[in-house]
This record gives sequence, structure tokens and C-alpha cells, in this order.
Amino acid sequence: MSPDAIPMSTGRYGSNAGQPLTRRDGVLKVTGRATYAADNTPDGLLYAVTAVSTIARGRVAFLDVAAAEAHPGVVAVMTPANRPPLFHDPEEKMPPFGFRVEVLQDDGVRYVNQPIALVVAETLEAATEAAVLLAPRYAAEPARTDRASGERYAPPAVGVGGSPRTAHGDLDAGFARAARIVAAEYETPAQYHNAMEPHAVVAAWDGDKVTIDMPNQAMALSCAAYGAYFGIPAENVVIRSPFLGGGFGSKAILNGPQLLAILAARQLGRPVKLALSRAQMYGPVGHRGQTWQSLRLGVDEDGRLTALHHHSLSATSSFDDFLEPAANAALPLYASPAILVEHEGLRLDTGTPGPMRAPGEASGSAALEIAIDEAAEACGMDPLVFRLANYAETEPGSGRPFSSKALRECYAEGAKRFGWSKRPLQPRQMRDKNGFLLGWGMGTAVFPCPHFPASARATLRADGSALIETAGADMGQGAWTALAQIGAEALGLDPDQVEFHSGLSTLPDGGVAGGSGHTASAGLALHEAGIDAIARLTELALNDPASPLYGAGNIGVTARNGRLHRRDDEARSEAYADILTRAGAREVVGTAKSARDPAVAAAHAMYSHGAVFAEVTIDPDLGQIRATRLVGAFAAGRIINPLTVRSQYYGGMIWGASFALHEEAVTDHRTGRIMNADLAEYHVPVNADVPSLEAILVPEDDAYVNPIGVKGVGEIGVTGTVGAIANAIWHATGVRVRRFPVRIEDFLAV
Amino acid sequence: MTLSISLTVNGQPRAIALDDPRVTLLDLLRERLHLSGTKKGCDRGQCGACTVLVDGRRINACLSLAATLDGASVTTIEGLAEGEALHPVQAAFIACDGFQCGYCTPGQIMSAVGLISEGHAGDDAERVRELMSGNLCRCGAYKGITEAVLQAQREMTAETGRDAA
Amino acid sequence: MNRFDFLRPTGLTEAIAEGGKPGSAYLAGGTNLVDLMKIGVSRPERLVDISRLPGLDRIDWLEDGSVRIGALVRNADLAYDIRFASAFPAVAEALLSGASAQLRNAATLGGNLMQRNRCAYFQDGASACNRRVPGSGCDALHGENRLHAVLGWSENCIATHPSDVCVPLVALDAVVEIEGPQGPREIALDALHRLPGDTPELENALLPGELIVGLRLPAEAKAFAAKARYLKLRERMSYAFAVVSAAAMLTVEDGRIREARLALGAVAAKPWRARAAEASLIGALPDTEAFAGAAALALAEAKPSGANEFKIELARRILVRALTLAMEGTPAVMPALPASPFSTHTGDRHVA
Repeated sequence: MSPDAIPMSTGRYGSNAGQPLTRRDGVLKVTGRATYAADNTPDGLLYAVTAVSTIARGRVAFLDVAAAEAHPGVVAVMTPANRPPLFHDPEEKMPPFGFRVEVLQDDGVRYVNQPIALVVAETLEAATEAAVLLAPRYAAEPARTDRASGERYAPPAVGVGGSPRTAHGDLDAGFARAARIVAAEYETPAQYHNAMEPHAVVAAWDGDKVTIDMPNQAMALSCAAYGAYFGIPAENVVIRSPFLGGGFGSKAILNGPQLLAILAARQLGRPVKLALSRAQMYGPVGHRGQTWQSLRLGVDEDGRLTALHHHSLSATSSFDDFLEPAANAALPLYASPAILVEHEGLRLDTGTPGPMRAPGEASGSAALEIAIDEAAEACGMDPLVFRLANYAETEPGSGRPFSSKALRECYAEGAKRFGWSKRPLQPRQMRDKNGFLLGWGMGTAVFPCPHFPASARATLRADGSALIETAGADMGQGAWTALAQIGAEALGLDPDQVEFHSGLSTLPDGGVAGGSGHTASAGLALHEAGIDAIARLTELALNDPASPLYGAGNIGVTARNGRLHRRDDEARSEAYADILTRAGAREVVGTAKSARDPAVAAAHAMYSHGAVFAEVTIDPDLGQIRATRLVGAFAAGRIINPLTVRSQYYGGMIWGASFALHEEAVTDHRTGRIMNADLAEYHVPVNADVPSLEAILVPEDDAYVNPIGVKGVGEIGVTGTVGAIANAIWHATGVRVRRFPVRIEDFLAV
Repeated sequence: MTLSISLTVNGQPRAIALDDPRVTLLDLLRERLHLSGTKKGCDRGQCGACTVLVDGRRINACLSLAATLDGASVTTIEGLAEGEALHPVQAAFIACDGFQCGYCTPGQIMSAVGLISEGHAGDDAERVRELMSGNLCRCGAYKGITEAVLQAQREMTAETGRDAA
Repeated sequence: MNRFDFLRPTGLTEAIAEGGKPGSAYLAGGTNLVDLMKIGVSRPERLVDISRLPGLDRIDWLEDGSVRIGALVRNADLAYDIRFASAFPAVAEALLSGASAQLRNAATLGGNLMQRNRCAYFQDGASACNRRVPGSGCDALHGENRLHAVLGWSENCIATHPSDVCVPLVALDAVVEIEGPQGPREIALDALHRLPGDTPELENALLPGELIVGLRLPAEAKAFAAKARYLKLRERMSYAFAVVSAAAMLTVEDGRIREARLALGAVAAKPWRARAAEASLIGALPDTEAFAGAAALALAEAKPSGANEFKIELARRILVRALTLAMEGTPAVMPALPASPFSTHTGDRHVA
């Protein structure tokens, strides 16, 4: 099935009780009928494969184009020498999320796995081998990929336009009056998104219009960007992204290989498919940049913070800026009268980092939550008691109220479920029945609530059903289901009566699926479009003398179960279908273009919160670690679908475990090559790594975050968890780990 | 050179002229037979997204050259449901929310079907986890996956029991 | 993947005739060779498909009490063969700790013996590697070598042999049966894999065109069934190669060790039989002191090849643990997490 839009069937499989609806796209996904970009094979398809650099810096001196062209089935070899022109300079960034794009603009090499040529052939096998036959030779320069060789600089911004430095209060005075100062350094490695679906594209041109099948977290921005690169209006670009095989931030930003494949399709006049190999994903499609963080905490006699200083040296590429805003983790969480967060940049010969699930929040939280644990230890306090003693009632620094903050309840619920009160204060106190060391640790989870402008359309049809539309993206978070629930609710219909179209750029802009803000952003648009549709329907009824609702203008009506009811007399009601039929209308259409109210946003600090409790079991002799139990309690405003929200928390917590125990790109700094650019040696957790997970949904009402009260759930689970596991490791062994991932040999001396 | 092989794919006998011996079973299914339900995640046997059944056994289709499979019977995710009726494993994956993005799901489900027919896990969640560890899920749906496998296995066992009775 | 001729011989004689021709490679389960072809490390001109050759997929129990395993027996079939697993539980445990269920269904015993090393520099065509390109150098030596060899390495190569199953097999004196252009012969498994020395490109004792057709375990190997374990440390709980691994097998008589078999995995270019350590245990009381002494002997010659000194201590400890677990007795049922230090944990708390 190659849909123009996702025709989410109105039927669904599974439970219909309460709100935890099973996924509307479930049947498609379990039958193999959900179509991901690379699943498309239009007639006349050609296959493109990039050749990538094996050096980190220098120049491509020679490519054996003749050998590649001679391979049977090869149609074209694109190199810097013959790459067709683009209409926008790839060196020039395109705001707001634009990066310098690597599209064969020169023979320079700036990182390993940079595309240096594109081979197009009649078969995948031919294109793959011909790319090898290019056998590049280089004029190489020394790689600068470690802390010592990279150039340090003062970055203009961190993350996406964030301030590199924020200060509140008098830091020196805070440290001066501290009874204790805890200071330490922490190191987090380069990590790669490694979505299960490699970045893929199938591009087909028709004159100056192009249809692009690709996984995409930001369709409207991408259409505009592709339009600029190809010199065509944005509306001539149609992106179909019905399903993303995982995104985690890596599919929100344009990248060179996909752009080159679209370019090749135009040049050759035939559809072109390109899918990156797993190894090729370790370069041009972003990663979580390395950080070296230092934290300094001043604490008074009562265990209250007097000063908090968080500094992050964050790595980026030699030619572009994306820095993990790691130190910002210290801003929203703990009540310190003085806080300074600072970032410094480090230029390395790597691909440019990018947002990766909880960018900055994850690596910053990893360091901060250990530092907090170290401070609690220094004070002889239970880590939960310490956190409660430093609970921020208002946003530290600004003093703004939180739009809502049920963190105290998260601590309480999580601790109770986990059994935290039985935790001995000192480390190395617990063993399991096999004599293995047990440790318990905790971390606070926090994630901001961004809101993206989004549009939607809601159509009530004369048959009583409805169609709701927004160009959203479901990369697994459950958007198709939750958004349909929101739309259905606004329309006063059961989700089964609502057809939902999404994942297609010609639909109203659904905003960016990132920053854990998609359900809130696209959801608000659907909510308001639904309200608009109901308002238009109401107008039809109120002006129709034949309607039982006639003349109820000032009293108003409510929409419920497919009927409008007079507010003052529930018995006087009429079905949508009847109103439309009598009016001779096939449908009534509501639209909305939604954004957050800037005044409300300025007046409030908006965050999701949570508390994560971890148990680790460690073989005392052999050092092997297992995170044997994870309990997270999260408060994220109104929960639209508890089933899919829980799954998001589980996923985030597993990412936290992975950050703590497994993930790391290993670079040979002599060459800058990543020596584990695969899935056998770049370890992500397997099923057996995660024996016990629980996620508690802590109730929270938020009247300010947005009119539907929804906060984000997609990334918060990573935060808190990394620190909780590291702290549990300390509790089990007495060893403080400050470098991730934790390794077997860290415990051999224990 | 062209190699001729015959395969039974989801119950249908197919005579296939292979234009290239380099074609893997995975690329044969996806690019030539248009059975794109089977996914490519790593192409090196390191992720399990391409898991299919060959002669009833779960394998990684990416490491199997199609030319070596003359006469084999291949079952893919497309061949699991009977019409609109989902296979118990498919239904359980939906009920237990055993997936998020869905990309690893065909491989997970085929792996689970293989696991259940192998019969080595019993009702032990830890054995299921170990025996499903050849299928990476980057979204982290492992808890739902494990529950789905156990639930489907219980249902299939009960059904077999009923059939026998 | 380069272009190649694909050959489907119908019998062993024809296969060996084809396999003896220059540029040929035998293809069985494909789990290693096809992968290496995809990354360009192996570029055979002729691929000889032996996966359907008749008669090589059987487990035969011979009259002298030994067992003969055909080279095409799949890892999963061997591990779950009840008679085999009862007689050689450590072999079954090693098999089940390797790779994934899918790979075990495809991988063959012969292929496992022929498995190439997994050094990142061997797999990376842009790096110098004396195995891949003789004389080109070894980029692993001063590179990322945390998991490389600590025994039997040379300046020319510090890669390790990645097989799990070979570790208990070498400890049990397995014999490899070979057919080739010059006729059949057999060698000890311990003599199949070569240490790198000055010729790391010579990975094994096979001559051109020779094919492993089977493997025999002698009758005496069954004596260890009651006290036999394989233990494997990994960087995640499953689907990972060993950091270090060990097979330990004991027979005990009148409270003293009668015979011991010990081998280490992932420490050298071959599965590492620790004969001196075995000898030290004969007649000893099966206690921690004896085990620690044996472990020290096993690693006496060890030296780091890079940033991997920890593996030496880890190897000592895993030997002690494996011996301790073997002494406790082979588990009645295969552990849920085969070969894992966590194999005794149920891990079963809140899920399902």
C-alpha cells in the first residue's frame, strides 16, 4: 500500500474500553502493510548508493569513475565534478533548523562517512558494488576528533538558538556561604540515533513537481527547503511520510544523501530510491555530540543548595554549530539562589551533531543527577530527602510560577512503588540471593514543553462521520491514535467515527514532530479545528427554524455523541447528520491555525516532570551489570492515551539505560574513523537487558500549558534514568561513575 | 548469468529467474517480489528486522543469498494473517502495545512465531526475553513484546488444546 | 558485494573439485561469509554453495562411544539435540550463548569453526590489517584495542577468535574431519586455528580447497557431563560477542579433582586451551585456592596488546567462576540466560 495519505481506517482492533485505545495503525504495522519510504518501488525505479569518505579531513584526490561506470547496470556516477547545480547555496543555512548540507559542493572531506559521490544503477546490487569500485584516494590531513586536538570556541548559541550562558544570583557569595562544596567532572560519549529504519528516500519528478517518499519529522519546513534547493515553489514538493521507522531527532533535518538522490531523480528523469546503509548513518545524519561537563555545588548545613555551577564543553563539527545544551539541565530543577550555566564549543572533524532524543537534557541530566547524589552523600542525606529539600516551588532564577508541577507526587508515588524507604543510606549494603551486589538510585526527570505552530482541518460529513487532517508525523509515539482521540473529542464523536489523514505535506501543516511537542501542537490545532467545525454546524442549526435548536443562540449548545444539545435542555438535541442533510450540505469544514498564547507562555515556566528509581545488580567479581528494575513516575499534564504514553516512558527509560550502560561510538583518533559503526558493536539494549519496567502516570492538570492541557512525554524518560542507574551503581559498589557508558572494567578493582 | 530457483512464498509457488547471484532473500522479497513488509535495518544480521521463516525456521533474510534457497518455503509477515483474521501473535502485539514506530515489528512478529514453534521458552518471561534478543527495537517496546509473545503462546496453546479435545 | 560465479555442486566430490579452483570460497550458512562479502573483506570470484550437500547435516553416535557432527548441522539443531546436550552440556550452553536465535538457525558447525575474527580493523577496508592484506601492518596494535588479545598475539596481529562453541569443543579434544583435493584427513581442533606469529594471514591449517566435513568428540569427553559450564561476559545481556569467556569441566573422585578441562574464549586468535592449568588441578581439592592457582597458571603468559590489561584479570576471575559453577554441577535445565553470570537469576519480577 502506497498511500497518498494515511487512510486510518475507522475500525480498529483491540480494546475500546476507556482511553487506552490500541493504535489505529496497529493492524497495518503488524501485517507489514504500513509503508515506510524505502518500501516504495515505482515503475522505472533506479537505485542510488553514496560512496563515503574514510578519512576525517582532507580532500578527495581521485575517484575511479571509469571503473564504477563500467560495472553492468550503472546509469550514472555523480561527483563534485558533474553534480548538477542547486538553486540554494548548500553552505548557507536555512533557518530555523537548517544546517550546512553535504551535497558534493567540493572535493573537501570534513568527516568520516561524508558522502563523496553518488552512484545510480538499475539494481541495488550494481549500485552498491560500483560505489566500492570508486576506490577513492585522498590527500589526507590529520584528524582532529579528540578533546585535545579540537579547537575550543565560544558558541553564539547552543541547541536550537539557545543561550550559551545563563546566570542567576551571586554565585561567589553562594559558594562563600556553603558549608560544603561538591565538584566533579563528567563525560558523555558521542551517540548515534540508530533508528531502526535507515534514512531513505524515493523521489519521482513530474516536470517541476516532485513527490518524495521519506521519513520526515518536519514536513512543511522540508518542503520549503527542498523548494529552495531545486528552484521550485514549496507547493511543488509533496512529501509522503506516512510512517517513520523511528526518528529520535535524526529525521527532522535535511541531509545530503537524501537531497542528492532527489537531485539524481530529476537529472535522470526516473524515480530514484536511496537508503543509507547502517554504517553510513554514522556521519551525515546527526548524532548526540560528546560532552565534558563540570559541576560545582555549594550546600549549606541543612543540605540546601547555595550555589550551582554547571559547565559543558560540547563538541560540534568543524563547519557547523549544534552543541548539546547540556548545562541548561541545571536551570529548571533545583532551588538554588545562585545558578550559572555555561557552554563552550569544541570543533571536531565529525559530522555535525543534531538533536537526539532529549538533546542536552539527557546528557546534562546524566551529570547533574549524579552531582546531586554526590551532594546528598556529602551531606549524609537520603537522595530523595535531599531533592525535596531543594524542591523548586517556582522556576529558579526567574521566579515564574510553573504552569503545573506534580513532581512532589512523582517522587512519592515512585518511591512507594519502588520501595525506596527500605534503602540503606550507605553503599554496598545489599546483596541478592546469589551474592550479587544490589544498588538503588534515583534521578529527577524534567523536560520543557515547547509548542509549534500548527494547522488542521476538521470536516463533519452528512453521513455523521468526520474527517480530520493535519500533516503530522508518527514515528512511533502514537500520534495517529492520540491525535485522532483529540480530534474526535472536539467533534463530540467516538474515535471510530473519525477518519484521520496525516503524514502528507499537502495537508494543513502539522508542525514539527520534535521536542516532545507534537501531540500538544498538532493536537491543539485539531482541537480548535473541531471546535470551529462544530461552531459552523451550530450556526446552521440555530438559524434553521426546523431545528429543535433554533433560537438557542445565547444559551449555546454542546456537542456530544454526534448530536448538538441545547445547553439548558439536554433533551432538545439534533444529530449532526440531520442538521447537514436538512441544510442540503454535504459537509461543514472547520479550520484552525494554532499557536501558544505568548503572554501565557511568558508568565509561566512549563515542564513535564518525573522521578525515576533504578535497581542495578552487579556481579561483584566479573563486573557485569544489569538494570534489574526501573520504576518511573511522570506528570505530564493531561494524558490522552495511557497505553501509548506508557510505551513512550518505557522507551525513554530504556534509552536512559542504554546511555548509562551501553551506547558509545568508539573513534580511532589517529584517523577519526568510528570503529563500531554498526549494530553489533555499537550496543543498544536487547530485550534481555530490560527485565522489569514500570511507568506510573501521575495525575496533573495544567490550565496554562495549552488549552488542551497536554505536555510532552517522548523524551522525559531518558532524563533522570541515566543518573538513577549511575547512582544505583554507586549504591551497589561504592564506585562513582562519571564517564558513560559504564564498563565492566570500572568495577574490577572493587 | 541467470539462475533459476523455485520458491514457495507465503504458500504460493514462484519460479524466479535471478538476474544476479548477489541478491539476498531480503532484497528479493523487497525489491523484486514487492513484499516490502520484511524490513532492512542493518543488512548484516545485527538487528533482526528482516526475520522471516524459511522452511518454518526463523532466519535473517539479509544474510541468505536467494540463490541458495532453491526449493525452499518462505513465510513473511504478509503471509501470516488469514484474510482479515490476524494471527494470534499479530493480535497480541497490538493488544500489548508491543511496538511503537513499527519498523522492527514484522521481524519481531516472525521471530515470535518462530520462537513459539521452537517451543523452548515455556511460560518463562526471561527465556522469551533471551530468545527475542536477536530483534532490536530502538523505540524500546521490549516489555510489550515479551508480554505479547507470552500472551499469544497461551492463546495458541489453548486453541491447540481445544482442537485436540 | 563483488560479482561472482555461483556454483551448486550436488555432491561432495564435485564440491571439492570446484572449491579447489582459484578464487573459490565455500558457502554454508552464510552468516559470516555473506556479511564479510557485503563489507568487502571477502571478495570471492566463485562461490561454491555447499549448504545442501547430502549427508553432512547428521549427528551420528559411533560404536566407539564418540559422536560425529556433520559440518552442516545448524547451531540450533545441535544445541537442542537432547542426547547431545546431555552428553556435552557446556557445548550446548556455548552454542546458545552465541549470536541470536535466527543466526543459530542458519549458522553451521563447520562455519562456526571457520568464523573469521571480528577485529574492527580487519572489517574496515581502509585500515591496515595483516590478515586482510599481508604486510600492510596492524592498525589495531596502537588503536582501539580494548577487547583484543592478551594471549598468543604478535606485533602483526592482535585479533581474537570470536567463536563461543569452539571454546568447550577445544577443551574436549574435538577432532576436525577434513576432505580435500588430496583426500580426507583429520586434525585436532586445537591445531585448526593458528596463532598469528609472522604470518597472520594464515588463519587455519586448511590447505587450499579443503573443506571441513565434520567434527568428532571422543567418548571420553562425555565423562565431564555432570560438571561442565560455559561462562561468557558481554557488554549487554545477549546478542553480543564475548569480552572474555571460559569453559570449565571437571570430574571428581573421592573429593578430589580427577580430571579438568579448561579453555578461554576471546583472549587469543584461537580458542585457548589452558593445559597447564588443567594439569595443576589433577588431584587437587576442588576449592577456590586450587581454582585461583589454575587461573593464574592459565594467564601466566598473558600480556596486554593495548588498552586491555583488564582482560587478563577478568580472564582469571571468569576461570575461577566457571570452575566454581562447574563444581556446583551442570544445571538440570539449560539456564534461561545461557552462559551469563546472571543465568542463575530469574530476573522475573514485574513483567507479565
